[in-house]
Amino acid sequence: MSYSISLTVNGDQRRVELDDPRVTLLDLLRERLDLTGTKKGCDRGQCGACTVLVDGRRVNSCLSLAVTLDGADITTIEGLADGDTLHPVQAAFIEHDGFQCGYCTPGQIMSAVGLISEGHAGEDPERVREGMSGNLCRCAAYHGITEAVIDATRRMAETSERKSA
Amino acid sequence: MKRFDYVRPLSVADALAAYTPGAAYLGGGTNLLDLMKIGVMQPDTLIDLGRIAELDAIEMLPGGGARIGALVKNSDLAHDRAFAAAFPMVAEAILAGASGQLRNAATIGGNLMQKTRCTYFQDPHSPCNRREPGSGCAAREGDNANLAVLGWSDACIATNPSDMCVPLAALGAIVEVQGPGGRRDIQIASFHFLPGDQPENETALQPGELVIAIRLPAEAAAFAKNARYLKVRERTSFAFALVSVAAALQIEGGRITAARLALGAVAAKPWRVTAAEELLAGQSPTQEVFARAADALLEGAKPSGENGYKIELARRAVVRALQMSAAGTPKRMPALPASSFAEEASHV
Repeated sequence: MSYSISLTVNGDQRRVELDDPRVTLLDLLRERLDLTGTKKGCDRGQCGACTVLVDGRRVNSCLSLAVTLDGADITTIEGLADGDTLHPVQAAFIEHDGFQCGYCTPGQIMSAVGLISEGHAGEDPERVREGMSGNLCRCAAYHGITEAVIDATRRMAETSERKSA
Repeated sequence: MKRFDYVRPLSVADALAAYTPGAAYLGGGTNLLDLMKIGVMQPDTLIDLGRIAELDAIEMLPGGGARIGALVKNSDLAHDRAFAAAFPMVAEAILAGASGQLRNAATIGGNLMQKTRCTYFQDPHSPCNRREPGSGCAAREGDNANLAVLGWSDACIATNPSDMCVPLAALGAIVEVQGPGGRRDIQIASFHFLPGDQPENETALQPGELVIAIRLPAEAAAFAKNARYLKVRERTSFAFALVSVAAALQIEGGRITAARLALGAVAAKPWRVTAAEELLAGQSPTQEVFARAADALLEGAKPSGENGYKIELARRAVVRALQMSAAGTPKRMPALPASSFAEEASHV
């Protein structure tokens, strides 16, 4: 039996035929849609490298079956920048040295985007660290990551204030 | 992962009709899919509950109780203002569990149904009576430092890993289930089973029965002013508990009028002993009184391996959680929910 699903991925409508329901969202993105920015670390929801947004919420794509997501709106790291203009979270990670080897970075950035839109952490470093605890960094760039998330939170709040003014 | 058939019913009735022996109900998948990947769970059919709108509602009931649909996401419940104000230690416990990503996907029903984190249950190559009845228990002679000190048996020393279920047990929550035989209510105290000689029987659910909601009774909201969850773990965040405590008090004129108390991560179910709560009623909230309640709650505790430390840890955590509870529920969720490192945890 095959399963036909439609997804919006980074703004593009995609129709996907799945001949096997075992395909995770992570494998679909990487192996079928050639979006390899989303990384496979543990494949068990423990490291956060595979974090993407599904309908605006951050989740572990390794623990989502693609077949369950018919109609969903997916955002991956490839969908964040606006042309050559980086998303504020991406820019802040560069500015604050929020990475070393870079493998966990797409997941860190997607998780940070999700955290900021959830709005519970604000600019409190302790709340940011707690909110980002689902993303492991084996290079231990945590200090820079925390600074980057706080800086991006501040910048995005200023931008939205300007827009609403 | 073993191949399975996939169905996506739109109603509870259709989900129940889709059930056949060997099928599994799929909520957020954060536990089930993980166990399927390593071969511990091998359902023939996945019945995806994700589109059943009737299961996705938080209702604050007239009179003060609440009814939470089984498909409500953990993060949505914890951040629901009305719910968190009425049942703060449930919100705090949920936020102490897993990670932001997992809480966004995991459901309330799935949290209730999650499997033990015992290493040997999760390893299909090891003997495990819970996974494979009669095969033995590798944990008895293995890595058992974080396993049960209460209610365990020679057949199984696993613990229940849920944070959410600990305050739910303390508050006397009711699990609503529906199956081929209709609807029924199960008290949370009777929902999870101690292992005895049949650890494979994990819950009171009959084959095909589905958790559809969890209810909190109105009297549980009377503890909102003094209710805390404390979770002791090996790292500050994103780790399962070594020991956890839900502690709630009603205090009038400097005296405790009612108490609720339960321990997590010490047994195959949340551990509640009403005698420990009764001992607190009528007393002043002092360390001596709290220590007596802790002793009563831990009566009968014994190590199942290299885990004797958990008994003293639990005793001290109970006293501390009661002190935190007596100091009052914080106005805002602490930066580190349920953490012994939180500032709010340090008074009294």
